[in-house]
Amino acid sequence: MSESPTLSLHVGTAETSLRLEQIANPQSEIVHFPASEPLPLDCGASLAPFSIAYQTYGELNRDKSNLVLVCHALTGDQHAANLHPVTGKPGWWETMVGPGKPIDTNRYFVLCANVIGGCMGSTGPSSINPATGRPYGPDFPVITVRDMVRAQARLLDHLGIPDVLCVLGGSMGGMQVLEWAATYKDRVFSAVPIACSARHSSQNIAFHEVGRQAVMADPEWCQGRYLDEGKSPRKGLAVARMAAHITYMSDDALHTKFGRRLQDRDKVTFGFDADFQVESYLRHQGLSFVDRFDANSYLYITRAMDYFDLAADHGGVLANAFAGTKTRFCLVSFTSDWLFPTEESREIVHALNAVAANVSFVEIKTDNGHDSFLLHQPELFDTIRGFIASAALKRGIAEPKGWLP
Amino acid sequence: MAAMNVNVPPHVLRGAESPRVDLLLIAEMVAPGSRVLDIGCGDGTLLRILAEKQGVDGRGIELSQAGVNSCVAQGLSVIQGDADTDLVYYPDLAFDYVILSQTIQATYSPRHVLEQLLRIGKRAVVSFPNFGHWRVRAKLLFGGHMPRTEYLPDRWYDTPNIHLCTINDFTDLCRDAGAKIERAVALNAYGRKLGVAMPLFAQNLFGEQAVFLLSR
Repeated sequence: MSESPTLSLHVGTAETSLRLEQIANPQSEIVHFPASEPLPLDCGASLAPFSIAYQTYGELNRDKSNLVLVCHALTGDQHAANLHPVTGKPGWWETMVGPGKPIDTNRYFVLCANVIGGCMGSTGPSSINPATGRPYGPDFPVITVRDMVRAQARLLDHLGIPDVLCVLGGSMGGMQVLEWAATYKDRVFSAVPIACSARHSSQNIAFHEVGRQAVMADPEWCQGRYLDEGKSPRKGLAVARMAAHITYMSDDALHTKFGRRLQDRDKVTFGFDADFQVESYLRHQGLSFVDRFDANSYLYITRAMDYFDLAADHGGVLANAFAGTKTRFCLVSFTSDWLFPTEESREIVHALNAVAANVSFVEIKTDNGHDSFLLHQPELFDTIRGFIASAALKRGIAEPKGWLP
Repeated sequence: MAAMNVNVPPHVLRGAESPRVDLLLIAEMVAPGSRVLDIGCGDGTLLRILAEKQGVDGRGIELSQAGVNSCVAQGLSVIQGDADTDLVYYPDLAFDYVILSQTIQATYSPRHVLEQLLRIGKRAVVSFPNFGHWRVRAKLLFGGHMPRTEYLPDRWYDTPNIHLCTINDFTDLCRDAGAKIERAVALNAYGRKLGVAMPLFAQNLFGEQAVFLLSR
């Protein structure tokens, strides 16, 4: 944090071209579903053809019973546990997934797919629209969390994997987990929704709207056709990310990390340069984000989260979404998460109680806010390790030699 | 035993020879293979005993977050929750047995909790420390202080036990709440069952804790 980044456009073009390369030609496994196999969407349209890019870790066993499906969050992607092809940094859940780690790839076959609407190889607004030969841009249909999950189910069908030992994810990943459990009851043996909610709150929709307006207010957004124009709404997307990033942390975490400390100076400058470390940090977060993420994907995926309301999809009663479920659930929330507060997880627990589902619920004490699920949280590791291991045991999946839970 | 840490509850200390006698007694009252909810499951000891010895499908509710996290990390199905407020979310007859072990005296509304137990379970198992035990009576009578015993180690101002009762009191509550007592066992200071032939007043005098099996 020695330099004080400003919101200019000259940085990161090399990364941007790397990112654009991932849209058409991702460094991932990819399945192309032809136009004859469309993906029906909640909005009434369908996506055809469409592609799903995904990463896998570990090996599928002979019974095909050890699949652990990891669902990524709003700005995540399929690169959960490998070096990221654009940023060169470790995967977003590298602490959780790997040999001997809580999601042990010596024992489980782990799959993480880029959501549709994303920008790392699965079909999204920056993909080519077959009708025009140009990027979809604003012509891409509005997608929902259920559409994302439906696409993942199609991927598993294609791979010949009947069901999932455990599906887990945080934030929007947790929404996908809930949708999996509600829509594909027979295909989900256990589910771990982390730091999420069964419906996106008014406050969260409001934050998303601020982000979207920031993107759309950037003249380089070009009504969503910036790829056609050879432009990029970097400033708008960076501001959106800066605002969102605040919501992923907590007041305490920001105070501890930055306080009112100044950035490379002894006194304030009486100007609008990044005097405070927290400003410099946010600018850095904004800038590094635009190098790896597509602005229209940000609009579409935030919209999908806004539309998420599992109770509304089941006659207004959340418990109905889980009626008859045999899935084993483990919910996790974090005390300092004000974006998806514990109460929202507890509502899901009560709905699961109402259908006498098998449910565990852990609230973890931490100052790290919503982002806790991505950070080093030993209690989260213990919970997930123990929960998946017990699910595997119930399913009769053999422990590898010398394996210690 | 006297040299050991006094903060450890005595029923745990006694564990060396006979681990939590009241828990084993409760486990004995539960039919094998049934669905059980253990309210106030602590670190999951009873749930483990029930799973291993009786093959039950067990769930737990625990107030302390540390207890919950440790249970879940061991693969037990436990949620953080409160007996006073969270039982209303369960449907009628969701479980074969609902267990409330050494917890009812710490609830805000024991009668409401008891009624909830009998609503969500076909049977309820309730254990509690007997405030009618002669040693408790003697301490109040001769010492003039709120009694502190092995089973009730806290002082009046820091005890979680806000609704202590005697075996007679609990029997009255069962009658008032319309609960049928299928079995009642008092345990003496050594964790042994008092003879079934012993009259109720004697059980109330010599039982240090009691375990009731109830139905509606």
